[in-house]
Amino acid sequence: MTVLPSGAIDCDIHPGVPEIKQLLRYMEPFWQESFVARGLDGFDMMSYPPNAPITCRPDWRRKGQRPGSSLADMRRDALDAFGINLAICNPLTGGQIAVSETMGAAICSAVNDWIIEHWLNQDSRLRASIVVPAQAPYLAVEEIERRASDRRFVQILMPVACEMMLGRSYYWPIYEAAVKHDLPIGLHAGSMYRYAPTSTGWPSHYVQDYVANSNIFEDQLLSLVSNGIFVKYPSLRVVLLESGVSWLPGFLWRAIKTWRGVRAEVPWVKQSPADTIRENVRLTVQPIDAPPDPNTIERLMQMIDSDRMLLFASDYPHWQFEGDKVLPDGLSPALRQRIRIDNPLETYPRLKETVQ
Amino acid sequence: MNAPVTTLDPQPDQSLGIIDCDIHPYPKAGALNQYLPERWRNHVFHYGKFNCGIYADRGTYPRFSPNTSRRDAWPPGGGAPGSDVAFIREQLLDPYNIAYGVLEPLLGGNTSRNQDEAAALCSAMNDWQAHEFVDPEPRLRASILVPQDDPAASVKEIDKRAGDWRFAQIQLGSKTSEPLGRRRYWPIFAAAQANGLSIGLHIGGTQSSAPSAGGWPQFYLEDHHVLVHSMQNQAASLILEGVFEAFPRLKVCLIEGGFAWAPPWAWRLDAHWAKMRDEVPGVKRPPSEYMRTNLWFATQPVEEPEHPDDLRRIFEWIGWDRMIYSSDYPHWDFDDPHLAFRFQMTAAEKRMLFHDNALSVYTFR
Amino acid sequence: MNAPVNALDHSAPAGQANGIIDCDIHPFPRPGAIEQYLPERWRRHVAEYGKFTYGMYAAIGAYPRFQPYLSRRDSFPPNGGAPGSDVAFIREQLLDRYNIAYGVLEPLLGGNASRNLDEAAALCSAMNDWQASEFADPEPRLRASILVPQDDPEAAVKEIDKRAGDWRFCQIQLGSKTTEPIGRRRYWPIYAAAQANGLSIGLHVGGTFSTAPSAGGWPQFYVEEHHGLVHSMQNQCASMIFEGVFEAFPKLKIVLIEGGFAWAPTLGWRLDAHWAKMRDEVPQVKRPPSEYMRTNLWWATQPVEEPEHPEDLRQVFDWIGWDRMVYSSDYPHWDFDDPHQAFHFQMTETEKRQVFRDNALSVYTFR
Repeated sequence: MTVLPSGAIDCDIHPGVPEIKQLLRYMEPFWQESFVARGLDGFDMMSYPPNAPITCRPDWRRKGQRPGSSLADMRRDALDAFGINLAICNPLTGGQIAVSETMGAAICSAVNDWIIEHWLNQDSRLRASIVVPAQAPYLAVEEIERRASDRRFVQILMPVACEMMLGRSYYWPIYEAAVKHDLPIGLHAGSMYRYAPTSTGWPSHYVQDYVANSNIFEDQLLSLVSNGIFVKYPSLRVVLLESGVSWLPGFLWRAIKTWRGVRAEVPWVKQSPADTIRENVRLTVQPIDAPPDPNTIERLMQMIDSDRMLLFASDYPHWQFEGDKVLPDGLSPALRQRIRIDNPLETYPRLKETVQ
Repeated sequence: MNAPVTTLDPQPDQSLGIIDCDIHPYPKAGALNQYLPERWRNHVFHYGKFNCGIYADRGTYPRFSPNTSRRDAWPPGGGAPGSDVAFIREQLLDPYNIAYGVLEPLLGGNTSRNQDEAAALCSAMNDWQAHEFVDPEPRLRASILVPQDDPAASVKEIDKRAGDWRFAQIQLGSKTSEPLGRRRYWPIFAAAQANGLSIGLHIGGTQSSAPSAGGWPQFYLEDHHVLVHSMQNQAASLILEGVFEAFPRLKVCLIEGGFAWAPPWAWRLDAHWAKMRDEVPGVKRPPSEYMRTNLWFATQPVEEPEHPDDLRRIFEWIGWDRMIYSSDYPHWDFDDPHLAFRFQMTAAEKRMLFHDNALSVYTFR
Repeated sequence: MNAPVNALDHSAPAGQANGIIDCDIHPFPRPGAIEQYLPERWRRHVAEYGKFTYGMYAAIGAYPRFQPYLSRRDSFPPNGGAPGSDVAFIREQLLDRYNIAYGVLEPLLGGNASRNLDEAAALCSAMNDWQASEFADPEPRLRASILVPQDDPEAAVKEIDKRAGDWRFCQIQLGSKTTEPIGRRRYWPIYAAAQANGLSIGLHVGGTFSTAPSAGGWPQFYVEEHHGLVHSMQNQCASMIFEGVFEAFPKLKIVLIEGGFAWAPTLGWRLDAHWAKMRDEVPQVKRPPSEYMRTNLWWATQPVEEPEHPEDLRQVFDWIGWDRMVYSSDYPHWDFDDPHQAFHFQMTETEKRQVFRDNALSVYTFR
């Protein structure tokens, strides 16, 4: 096994959220009673069926245990294995996609309490995103306000497909709270499934749903740019988590070209979308959908044409790479340094407060 | 705007002429009605083309220029861009030495939720293309429009037109009620393969859910890009549902959806199929391999990377044998064959792009 | 809560000759029961990918329910297992207690809900085997429904033809939510097979939720969604009528189950009124829509409507037609309708016989 230089900052790691019954203790009496009396549990997202191959790399799966639910395993399999000094936990929970605003908020808030007690308090390397009910921006803002003073929370987490396109004014209160507290918005692969998962309807297979995620990231970037979100909130940072990365250059080329042709419709977008995106948007590197060929990777990096955008991530315990190949071959040493350490530190200002 | 990188030799000889696989004809006022039976003329008059959109008589996303067209494409004799054969000759076929131009009507014939209406409209539009464009101008060739959500009617229409020299392919839209690889559409692929006809998958069509999994974009800037995704999703669907295993000789040309997305999409499909191939046992080879055997890419709107040589790299990653020139005449983002490609090509490469690849896909008789 | 309005004659001996018919009973599997009937290939697939539905959750529906298993709290079998999983307890709590001659099983297990059509076909087949072996065989008063993967009409027809001659099955089951309105021509092979085999179709609320529950979007609460299901039933009625299903298949019989019925007369009037103006759009509809409601549709009574003035319920029965109403209990669900107590108005003996027995006999295939 390669000995990896230590110090990497993992920007996308997934502690396994437990069942509702373990979260009840963090909830108000109304919700405790509701979940128990109504017999409600099993809120795993369709975006990550618990036994689907991608949800957990086979060698990280433990019989009878929810993927990623053991801190001891995470330490051994990821934090120590990949030389990680800091890791940002992005819990994926059904609360983020619930049809009820208040039920979603109750679950999200409980998950945030749980992350503090069972993860952040247990290992000083861990940081977390604030899980918010994006179904209801006003409740999301309440949750952000509730957590912001704990400096171990470094990001606000939402699924990449919600009730409306994310540039819409409906979501502006969340962005206001984000810039107020200098917290990036993390958009993670996954969907509320309010609409068909692809622009052509409902595919027959989970693998098709999964690969279609990269399209949604593109759509949301265009929505944020077209709606002038980065004009309104110039300091806002948006991080794309588990997007696939290699779609980026072709998307930027096209975004520039189309904007040149039709910019009169969006006169508040005064600079090329590619410039805005390079300034304000970051992407985690797992998965990086490309053949494991250093020449291709190198070419891809050239086409992306920015060494600031990529963030180291293992995506543990999702299955994206084999062995300890978190970063593909073909990256220059300078770029590796930026990806592993410098870019995450620049993207998440709060990390600098506590780096050893 | 585009620095000219002259690529072509302007000799008017059909053996050296280029092939344009995307031209948009438009009807003169009332032209289509002549080809519709009375019963349907009345129906369309009362109920319109009853599609999945929000407006009675226009698409959901307002376009950016009148008729989506170049401002100089309005025929001097009157009528909409693409409605006048003489002007098409003058502005397109003759100056660019076009040997064959494939008509791709974007008239929503197949978008009606009323399947009988869709069948009637498609049939009328097929008659109209053949009669008013191909007959007077044999360099133009028609596409067989079909009501894809009614496979039986579609197969009937395909079988009816397949022997007619005036038709060069079957046309489908990139937006369909379900992803095109779903088995309900397979009779169409069977008929295409049986008749040796390729399918042109053009962006647009019928939209039965939101354009994005994230909902409804607001601006044309967004909507324009979402169409690219529909092309990607259809490619994924055709591959992962096993269409190219079931119909190995099927040829599908993806038109007006761009192509720079194709290599990363191939890598993405391969990577995740490798882990989850047990979900899709109908897929026997890595997805990217089907992209190299059964898919072609029309070049318009050509990608414009910040570094022009990146475009050559994209061509190489996709495969030079997969690329087919298209103009999209008369639309505003028309690609002039002399100017559109901002990197140098060899003579052999030009020949493939502008001529030979199309000949290996389309049915020109 | 319900003032007893004694509807049934308790004195007659139990037996199929004079017992009542219950058109809606929900069986539930013991853990691992369905898997036994699945081929290995599908057992593995379901374990890895689940029932790949149109929903947002991997293993549950979008709208959390209100009771564990949606069931009465007293219906958990004393020997363990979920409500509806224990035949002996079903006998005790339902069949014997209410003198049920025939009870129609309506599994709500999402067999047909997978977007992977081959998975749906495999699950439906397994669930059909399970119903027949574990319910109808040991307890012949219980009769199974043929579950089919409706979005794959060829596979659906195959499954119908396979079960049609089996006495343990008494109808075909479909859901009120389908990926397209159920009158659309893609589903017609199923109707053809139903009619050819002389089998009725039970259209039960629920099914494949491929778009927002409302044309206005996504409700938040169970109290909203519960009513949305009623609309799905109305939409399916309208679809079948306007697409001309009952002209193409005049002998087809459809029972609408658990969608309520007070809406039926007003829907009939509404369809008639607007069809009269726009019938040229739908030339396949040769008679006023409400007429098809009187020849091809039946309504199961649960959850019975409870008008503020009980006599209004009688008026609704009159408007729909007494020959159209079939009793259902929805056992073991929380809003179970006790046949003795559910109807708050007096019925004549003839009316009772129609509602509790004769109408069902004219629709279902009990052999």
